[in-house]
Amino acid sequence: MRESTSVHLKTYFMLALMIVFAPLGNVLLGKGMKGVSAAASWQPGALLGVARQVIGSPFIWLGVASLLTFFVAYMVVLSWADYSYVQPASSFSYAVVALLGYLLLGEAVPPLRAAGIAVICLGVFVVGRTPPRTTEQV
Amino acid sequence: MREAFLLFIIVVAGTGGELCVSRAMKTAGEVTDFRPASLVRFVLRALRVGWMWAGVSMMAMAFFSLLGMLALEAVSFVVPVTALSYAAGALGAAVFLRERVSPQRWAGVFIVCVGVTLVLLSKR
Repeated sequence: MRESTSVHLKTYFMLALMIVFAPLGNVLLGKGMKGVSAAASWQPGALLGVARQVIGSPFIWLGVASLLTFFVAYMVVLSWADYSYVQPASSFSYAVVALLGYLLLGEAVPPLRAAGIAVICLGVFVVGRTPPRTTEQV
Repeated sequence: MREAFLLFIIVVAGTGGELCVSRAMKTAGEVTDFRPASLVRFVLRALRVGWMWAGVSMMAMAFFSLLGMLALEAVSFVVPVTALSYAAGALGAAVFLRERVSPQRWAGVFIVCVGVTLVLLSKR
């Protein structure tokens, strides 16, 4: 019983880290990529120019750092919890990314999109009521 | 068309990569010590598993496709539509990782997919 509570607590903590850092990373990447001009062609020189702009953007690096933090939390939680539990449970980040997109990037979030995101969160709630582990440890 | 192609790569390579990483992590064993040095040792141990490299390569493909998509569309659109990977993920978990995906989880994944459809429709 105590072990089960402990597994749930550490699972929720790792999921919280994932839910904060994944959307933050995506919003920062979005901010960085919006400042990059599109390649004029598929020629190596043109693509190299785009790559230079991407590498030179501080928002891209901050986004990558946030996503790395998410990835470490994700790897750690997968060491004890099922993939089919972790992946849907972390989708609360869809609501967070829309909120951050609206607040930080000034993006319009139409009602239908907000409804879609709410439905995604409902799906997450359904999935979250299943046990985190259904397989034996390797 | 370009957006659809990038979304396809994000969903397929992203889900495939996550499944490979998940398989690698199950092989590497459960994390019980959260001190930084132990975590570093754990990551190094995980990097010795072949599935980890396959997974990271596929996730890198998905990442660059995501960057391309973010240059074209709003982040509040791009990220929710990538939830299409949920259906592929649950299917892959059942087939590839031999996890028992309960009917309740399938129902949740179905609801998530309905939400993704609404987000896609919001662009029209």
